[in-house]
Amino acid sequence: MVAIPLLDIQNLTVEFATRRGIVRAVEHINITLAKGETLGIVGESGSGKSVTSYAVMRILDRAGRIAEGSVHFTGLDVRNAPEDAMRDLRGREMSMIFQNPRAALNPIRKVGRQIEDVLLQHVQAAPNEVTEKAIEILDRVRIARPRERYHAYPFELSGGMCQRVVIALALACRPRLLIADEPTTGLDVTTQKAVMDLMVDLTRANDMATILITHDLGLAAAYCERVVVMEKGRVVETASSEKIFKSPSHAYTRKLMRATPRPGASLRGLLPEDMSEAAEKTVKASPKPNGKTKSSDKTKAPLLMVDKLLKEYPRQGLQSSLAKLFGPRPAPKPEVFRAVDGISFTVDRGESVGLVGESGCGKSTTSMMLMRLIDKTDGTIMFDGEDIGAIPAKKFARLPLRRRIQMVFQDPTDSLNPRFTAARAIADPILRLGDPEDGMPVRARCEELARQVGLPLDLLGRFPHQLSGGQKARVGIARAIALKPDLIVLDEPTAALDVSVQAVVLNLLQDLKESLGMSYLFVSHDLNVVRLLCDRVIVMRAGKIVEQGPTGRVLGAPEADYTRDLLAAIPHPPV
Amino acid sequence: MWSMTLKRLMFAIPSLIGVVIITFLLTRALPGDPAAYFAGPAATQEAISQVRAKLGLDKSLLVQFTRYVGDLARGDLGNSLTTGQPVVTEIRNRLPASAELTLLGLIVSVLIAVPLGILAATKPDSLIDHACRLVTTAGVSLPVFFTGLILVYVFYYLLGWAPAPLGRLDIFFSTPPQITGFYLIDSLLTGKFDLFRAALSQLLLPALTLAIFSLAPIARMTRASMLAVLASDFVRTARASGLTPFTVIVTYAFRNAMLPVITTLGMVFSFLLGANVLVEKVFAWPGIGSYAVEALLASDFAPVQGFVLTMAVLYVALNLIIDILYGLIDPRVRIEA
Amino acid sequence: MRGKAKAMPAPAVMAETPPRRPLAGLAAMLRHGRYVISENPVTGFAFGLFVLIVIAALFGPYLVPHDPLASDTAAALKPPSLKHWFGTDQLGRDVFSRVVVATRLDFFIAIASVALVFLMGGLAGVAAGFFGGWTDRIVGRIADTIMAFPLFVLAMGIVAALGNTVQNIVIATAIVNFPLYARVARAEANVRREAGFVQAARLSGNSEVRILLAHILPNILPIMIVQMSLTMGYAILNAAGLSFIGLGVRPPTAEWGIMVAEGSAFMVSGEWWIAFFPGAALMIAVFCFNLLGDGLRDIFDPQRRT
Repeated sequence: MVAIPLLDIQNLTVEFATRRGIVRAVEHINITLAKGETLGIVGESGSGKSVTSYAVMRILDRAGRIAEGSVHFTGLDVRNAPEDAMRDLRGREMSMIFQNPRAALNPIRKVGRQIEDVLLQHVQAAPNEVTEKAIEILDRVRIARPRERYHAYPFELSGGMCQRVVIALALACRPRLLIADEPTTGLDVTTQKAVMDLMVDLTRANDMATILITHDLGLAAAYCERVVVMEKGRVVETASSEKIFKSPSHAYTRKLMRATPRPGASLRGLLPEDMSEAAEKTVKASPKPNGKTKSSDKTKAPLLMVDKLLKEYPRQGLQSSLAKLFGPRPAPKPEVFRAVDGISFTVDRGESVGLVGESGCGKSTTSMMLMRLIDKTDGTIMFDGEDIGAIPAKKFARLPLRRRIQMVFQDPTDSLNPRFTAARAIADPILRLGDPEDGMPVRARCEELARQVGLPLDLLGRFPHQLSGGQKARVGIARAIALKPDLIVLDEPTAALDVSVQAVVLNLLQDLKESLGMSYLFVSHDLNVVRLLCDRVIVMRAGKIVEQGPTGRVLGAPEADYTRDLLAAIPHPPV
Repeated sequence: MWSMTLKRLMFAIPSLIGVVIITFLLTRALPGDPAAYFAGPAATQEAISQVRAKLGLDKSLLVQFTRYVGDLARGDLGNSLTTGQPVVTEIRNRLPASAELTLLGLIVSVLIAVPLGILAATKPDSLIDHACRLVTTAGVSLPVFFTGLILVYVFYYLLGWAPAPLGRLDIFFSTPPQITGFYLIDSLLTGKFDLFRAALSQLLLPALTLAIFSLAPIARMTRASMLAVLASDFVRTARASGLTPFTVIVTYAFRNAMLPVITTLGMVFSFLLGANVLVEKVFAWPGIGSYAVEALLASDFAPVQGFVLTMAVLYVALNLIIDILYGLIDPRVRIEA
Repeated sequence: MRGKAKAMPAPAVMAETPPRRPLAGLAAMLRHGRYVISENPVTGFAFGLFVLIVIAALFGPYLVPHDPLASDTAAALKPPSLKHWFGTDQLGRDVFSRVVVATRLDFFIAIASVALVFLMGGLAGVAAGFFGGWTDRIVGRIADTIMAFPLFVLAMGIVAALGNTVQNIVIATAIVNFPLYARVARAEANVRREAGFVQAARLSGNSEVRILLAHILPNILPIMIVQMSLTMGYAILNAAGLSFIGLGVRPPTAEWGIMVAEGSAFMVSGEWWIAFFPGAALMIAVFCFNLLGDGLRDIFDPQRRT
């Protein structure tokens, strides 16, 4: 080693003082980064990856401190440097991009002024030319009409646009190191690709080093030269992206790799090796009588038939009514907004259909209408030969039909009543709508359901806040299957879970579908997950169906341009 | 900006209508028969009903209400039964005394509470933070009339620093010429500095009483919102961009933290206007609060009605100003309007 | 048809093997309460004070050394002594006895008005937040109109209008607090209206009213109880303020506000104890409720229960 690395983290330990004593968020980690290099730090929640980056910038909050080890940036001792020197470094030599870009910007200051603040702080521009410089930087992050956007406030910009402004802020002074902490979490795939490409182009053009912190192994491998894998505050493996993907050496990396949904992987293959084999055996052992008979029943009519379904919402109620009162002329804009614009599709018995699209495409509104939680504006929803779309949502709750359509929600925490125990939550539909298993006591039925979804029985007495994310997801699934429904709508059921938990939950869903012979409508933004679980796919955009067909065909040889864009936007690791 | 102000003004109209209806209903329900009171203790039943007819009290509620709104539109709030004076004149004469007291109290309070809250938030667990916490918990528990009396006992009886709690001005001084009605400002405008000192010495204790009363909610809200803002993502971004602590705290945190504080000010003002009544009683302050209390105890409904109405209109106007102020700071409110 | 027939016997099934054990929950909460108190001695102190206030309210008249109404002009205006701990007033009545006996009345006014507004404001607010539409508009308009007045001024007006009695002080205090309760309840119900667990309850066949009562209300209750404890202090201050200006309670009744008013004239001549002790009692009671409110917040917060 002749050259000094740009960043040298040696034996770093970070501690936090909490109510329950001192917690070590990061323990004895070593990471080095050369000039101009791109490094990914990958780990699940609680792995200490963000804390590491805060320690590098020395912006840990009051409770945290570097307990051991050293961080050197271009030879400067970050741990012991005076605050003035650190402040001079931040923003000028090393910058950071955070997740949730909208919250990362001052809500009541023009974005242009926020960029100027950084420029002036680090004397990158004279006060009389700073505005021009800020506009130039906005242009550099490919914001259209930068001169206008200079005067915009964050709430006037989209999420992707806000992230561009955050990038502009971070790169304004052309730092030597950029740390991006989950920069695209919460953004749509196509936006994610645009933001990542922009970041890579700009850092490469200016020969900056980048640390990309992410939970998404695929993303890290696609954009980084080297990857550091962290687990519970420790570095378990450091290797080049290719090596990580081709021959991961540490067991945890292998588990993470396997669990990441990707083209070519099977659903069983997501599970850790030992569990996967066990699952294979049980599947082979059980002849799945229900699933077979129901799915081969192709002669019968489809379970669900949706025809020209339409949902309109009024635009900005108050303003238009005030305009009507006080304005002489009618409002020029159309009074309604079409969330779902005349879509038609079917779901067969025993089939699972994926409904994919980016945020705002109308997929959630569609699922809410199918669930009969909101009323449609027009069109029909035929369920097993009955027009359930014609029944008002308020009445539907007490009909026997209610038992046959159930749902698993996106956020397992939000979907459980904080004051109900797991058992009470699972029992709720049984108590309200009656148990299809005759004569079985509610408690015994709850225990049976818990066994079916793999929830340990001793957890039944716990409240949601005492359960982990995966356990809460299981409770939500148990509640959904309690009445043995024919159709379950799964609304991004694994979006809030870590990949390893996601792998287990996806497999559980598949097993349940086969053993109980249910149909699934799987609402998701993640094409890789849909690929694993669904027989057919429907792609939605702006309230309309762009394309639908068998999964293999739609994802293998897409006909619509939009589907192709979606597929292209998925980060492809170098395999 | 204009459209927002206009919109806010429109939103104030329903409040004002509600205020007028409620004040009308309240005073019609007042116990005691104004007609009997007006006719005198020796009046016959016949004389009383004559007076009642003269006052319009025998008409239906709707007719009375129409007449009441008509009178209001002409700026007529009726006459006080006890003093015989028009209520409008009396309220106009007494309002500056109350306004001067309340505003000075609020200014003193904001000047102490906001810096205290900010310092407490920027230095958690420091001495100033503990002081802030003590002030906020103890402050909300103090009955305002009790604080006033304690201040009188200590500064007038024990120390002799303050004058006797008997109104706006010592009897040896003559009132300054009426310009704004605020003695402090009028005496300065006319160059009478000894008069200014005399007025200030009378004003200090009641204003301090009000300030102590409103200190707690403002300091508490400043501290809480400052803490929340300092922990927010955009402050972290500002820190990670290497901005100086001064820029971070003033340009980034403070302006955002002021938004909930401004909203709280509206609430505080509501409390202050109520507390004003009690403080005026303790310090024999010739404001509209003590005027209303005297009328209340004498079942004299016109002044009570006038008082409640004046207070409510003041409060609605104040909320309007607060809303506009809020819009000046927060572009989200301004642009969406 | 089959579904309906099955739905009927469900409660009986539940009674047979209840999936929830209320006693266990209560025990857990008590354990957590003890933990919070041991963790935060200030809450423990406030709780001790609260017990003292309750004792004074319940048994005050049997405990005091003197008759709170018995005047003795020979012993008028005596400073605190061993015989009269808090001194005597202008009529020679024992201030200590009057302060203790007054607890019951002040406590009653606070409890009654807060309970009243808790029912009115809480239910109206929850319904407004959950159902939206017209319910929301009507409740919102009522709250806005009340909020358009300075609250104490409105309370003065209401007491004057309804009549000068203790009962009307309770009503006035409840009315002016209505917007506070209605708004908190409305906001809390509104954020939960479309929450996942509420949607899930709809899918489980709960009716809207049942969702409101069985799912939303229990989740809002702790927040409302904290609100209640915090406004209890304000209710006491409000009532005392009204009696201080001569509304509601009439002499010679022992009540803190009116006692401070009676003693205020003597403050300038140095007889501080007549107004000081009832004022201090008032202050301590309000202080206690405020601390208790903060403590209750910790106890009821399920996130902090372990």
